[in-house]
Amino acid sequence: MSTDLVPLAFLMFLVTYPSRAVGLLSPGTERLPRRALDYLQLVGPAVLAALAAVSIMVATVGGRPVFTVGLPWLSVAASLALVAWRRNLFIGIAAAVAIAIVGRAAGLA
Amino acid sequence: MDAPGRPADPADLQAARRRLVVDGLGIVVSAAGFGFVFGLAARTAGHYSVIEAMAMSLIAFGGAAQFAVVGYVASGVAWPAIVVLTGLLNARHILYSAALAPWFRGRRFGERAAAAHLLTDESFALSIAHFRRVGRFDPFGYWYPALVTTLIPWNLATFAGVTIGDAILEPQRLGIDVIFPAAMIGLAVGLVTGRRELAAAISGAVVAVGVSLAVSPTVGIIAGGIVGPGIGLLVPPSGVPADLPPLEDMHP
Repeated sequence: MSTDLVPLAFLMFLVTYPSRAVGLLSPGTERLPRRALDYLQLVGPAVLAALAAVSIMVATVGGRPVFTVGLPWLSVAASLALVAWRRNLFIGIAAAVAIAIVGRAAGLA
Repeated sequence: MDAPGRPADPADLQAARRRLVVDGLGIVVSAAGFGFVFGLAARTAGHYSVIEAMAMSLIAFGGAAQFAVVGYVASGVAWPAIVVLTGLLNARHILYSAALAPWFRGRRFGERAAAAHLLTDESFALSIAHFRRVGRFDPFGYWYPALVTTLIPWNLATFAGVTIGDAILEPQRLGIDVIFPAAMIGLAVGLVTGRRELAAAISGAVVAVGVSLAVSPTVGIIAGGIVGPGIGLLVPPSGVPADLPPLEDMHP
């Protein structure tokens, strides 16, 4: 069984771990000015929304990013609405998956 | 919501933990689905062995970066380029790590070092929402999302995908591809407690898509994560009290 890519996994760890650790292990990070802490408080919503939006709106075709519209928009919009309404992430994800399954069974992209 | 920095009473803490467990179930589904597709892609597109796929999920533990690397490996991209791209794609964790740092103040170095390796989009979102609800650091609030809802299902699903994934010919028909964006938007909703957060989320998404189309998705996500909070700060705070704990009162 091949292990050729195991060193690559270690290299990926070596470039990823510092990003994850820099704030948690650097002394003084928690003593940032209030404005900086306010900024950091907004990072979560911004990054997570960015990840979701890019996942459903941007596809790579022939090595180039292109804008895309499809069934995942409906799935994710339904998930967003349900989580906002019911405050239950599981229900939102289940609904998104159900819409995708039904939509594709019906022949939607 | 508790006043900033005031620890929740035991009943509130239990209620917050119950909510964390329920929200975590959604992330278990997400991590399992996403991990399974990674294992499947690693086997079919990247020709990874089981050991190689598991090494990626345990050692690199990089989520989206692991997917990207499958494509890079399949395309014959040189390792140095793969490493640089991985570092860039995962640079958003700098922001997560800095945002969590105030809550980990006073925790042992070893605990913070271990927590860093398990810092993901999912563990960040679930844990910081929990800390805000209880007004202080709660070990269960980090280790449950990091281990039970993310690391374990991600790795079990990777193993399943790389070993038995061939039996599933069209994962898209099962809706597996929408699990990740649905989980991300759901987690974002959980962190939106006022106008500022809403503005940060919307602007982060808009900037990310725009920059993704102009440059690349990797750069777009980071741009959205940097610019979105800046735009959010321009919005006057809503009536919801700021929920970062005061610096002197973050621990039991």
